[in-house]
Amino acid sequence: MEATSHAFKDNVRKAIVEPGLQKALGMMKTGFQVRRLAAIDKLPEFERLRDQGRDIKNHVLENLDFYLERFERKVTDAGGHVHWCRTAEEARETILGLCRKVGAKTVTKGKSMIAEEIALNDFLEEKGIEPVETDLGEYIIQLRREPPSHIIAPAIHLNKQDVIDAFQKAHTHLAPDRPMEDPTTLLEEARGVLRPKFIAADVGITGANFMIAETGSTIIVTNEGNGDLTQILPKMHIVLASLEKLVPTFEDAATILRLLARSATGQEFSVYTTVSTGPRRPGDLDGPEEFHVVLLDNGRTNILGTEFQDMLRCIRCSACLNHCPVYATVGGHAYGWVYPGPMGSVLTPTLIGIDAAGHLPNASTFCGRCESVCPMKIPLPKMMRHWREREFEKHLTPAAVRSGLAFWAWFAKRPRLYRLATGVASRLLGLLGRAHGRFGWLPLASGWTKGRDFPAPEGKTFMSQFAARRRTS
Amino acid sequence: MSDARSQILASVRRALRRDALPADKAATLEARLRDPSPNLIPARAQGDAKAVVELFVGMTQNAAATLTRVKSAKDVPGAVADYLASQNLPASFVMAPDPELEAIPWSERPTLSIRRGKTEGADQVSVTGAFAAIAETGTLMLASGPNHPSTLNFLPETHVVVLPASKVVGPYEEAWARLRAGRDGTLPRTVNFVTGPSRSGDIEQRLLMGAHGPRRLHVVLIED
Repeated sequence: MEATSHAFKDNVRKAIVEPGLQKALGMMKTGFQVRRLAAIDKLPEFERLRDQGRDIKNHVLENLDFYLERFERKVTDAGGHVHWCRTAEEARETILGLCRKVGAKTVTKGKSMIAEEIALNDFLEEKGIEPVETDLGEYIIQLRREPPSHIIAPAIHLNKQDVIDAFQKAHTHLAPDRPMEDPTTLLEEARGVLRPKFIAADVGITGANFMIAETGSTIIVTNEGNGDLTQILPKMHIVLASLEKLVPTFEDAATILRLLARSATGQEFSVYTTVSTGPRRPGDLDGPEEFHVVLLDNGRTNILGTEFQDMLRCIRCSACLNHCPVYATVGGHAYGWVYPGPMGSVLTPTLIGIDAAGHLPNASTFCGRCESVCPMKIPLPKMMRHWREREFEKHLTPAAVRSGLAFWAWFAKRPRLYRLATGVASRLLGLLGRAHGRFGWLPLASGWTKGRDFPAPEGKTFMSQFAARRRTS
Repeated sequence: MSDARSQILASVRRALRRDALPADKAATLEARLRDPSPNLIPARAQGDAKAVVELFVGMTQNAAATLTRVKSAKDVPGAVADYLASQNLPASFVMAPDPELEAIPWSERPTLSIRRGKTEGADQVSVTGAFAAIAETGTLMLASGPNHPSTLNFLPETHVVVLPASKVVGPYEEAWARLRAGRDGTLPRTVNFVTGPSRSGDIEQRLLMGAHGPRRLHVVLIED
């Protein structure tokens, strides 16, 4: 998809006044968080598992070349094929080649963020192959021709009426006056429409939550079962995965699986965790005849060995999105590319460049919740700070911000003057704002007051209160 | 593409500031892969055989599956027939061509109509065995093979799994070790870990059951 991360501020301005989006985001604020906590409470070992999960991924990254070669060998031993792709373009062409090899007309797809990253659907359509998203949320947004706004809940920005409208428009073979108010009927409708597509598809494409070096297996995790119908019914199963998804053994995957669902949806375990190894075996009555893994770099090896390497531990659980005050206010589309929320603010600049995505690492209050809930203990705020530093060094930070920072630094290095000035300013603002308790407009601060009121200061400054308390204690 | 392969490997090594791993280091990693050992296993998955079965029963129901306990294999046909009747489902199903299932005296319930094989989607109910079951989260482990087509796990609206209690283990790792032990390094094409019936939360985050896979998952547990 075309990135609009450079227009983050405009995206945000639109998002915060969109009533439908705000209603949908309002529902999100509690559900995921409460369910995650409840699931973690039932697993006293959760913290220790986090440490182990982090260590497993770090170990893989330090030995990535070894595990990649080993994984390839085992896939081949099992009768599958590995296709190494440096760029999105190479991955698209590889997949097209495979589809053409079996004369594919329709391709079913399980949910894959990498497919979004390489804009696979648009490409296949251009080449005359119909891609059919089968995850309910992905299907809904495919009908609306928009990108996902959340990693595990791609249609979270929509309300039921949006789904009704999309289905009315797309499913013209059904009676227009059919009852659709009950969400269950919408699910059944999608199930009914997609079932024949599963059966007819020539190729099934899924992502991978893990690749196992020991056995050459790939693992996907779903709740609907769409990823399974996608891979067992067609002649060919293509797995599209970025190279950091490797783990050494099934045991290592099991450790991280114990973290994944609990962090994501608050389930103890997702409904379907599927381990796929090669094509169908002699004597099997079903399953794909061909198994291909498209192994994508697309910039990951550039992150390796840098201060952003920890980001490659990410398992795409969405916990950081679900706990981010910024995401909860602006939604996923405002981030302008495939990966939203705190993980996107770190990852997107590594993949499309800080020049195009410089706003994202600035879209953080640094409250730190993302890092505290990350199952892989990725220091997201620290890495956003690294991006801000790089942005500053590259002179991408706007002149007003740079001179503001210089002005502030000058004061901050002169503490007596700083205290005097802030003391005067806060008393003055307190006096002026006494009547209303807040300001709707302030000189030099219109950037703040355009979006919200500035509260009038009450009482003494922090420093003078601090000094007073120290005297009395 | 071999060009891409060597370039990617070269980029990895450049980023890690080293050449390919020295032989001794590679041998250590190979050894880790040859003899995989479990990481931390939660205490809840480490009970004795009886505790593990009780945990499995509880967790299965937590996952919105249903479960019937029977004393022996000869009670299975009755339990399946009763379950189908209770759900207003027809007394006919497609069954995995599994010798363990064939050992069940189905003919004692002549009203049951049974077809053996895979499914193309027309069957309302499937009956399969399981390779193992994991108590930790109430998860069934289903391994594909001539005796277990994977389509039976997904296409019918109702999936009934016949499970001897001896197949219930505590953690995932123990089930996987059993699979590994019996197969000299090769794996089934598909191993499905199934925890409850299919569901989706994609419309306004409301939990809806029966998305693409079965709406109902029922376990008949044989306690012999």
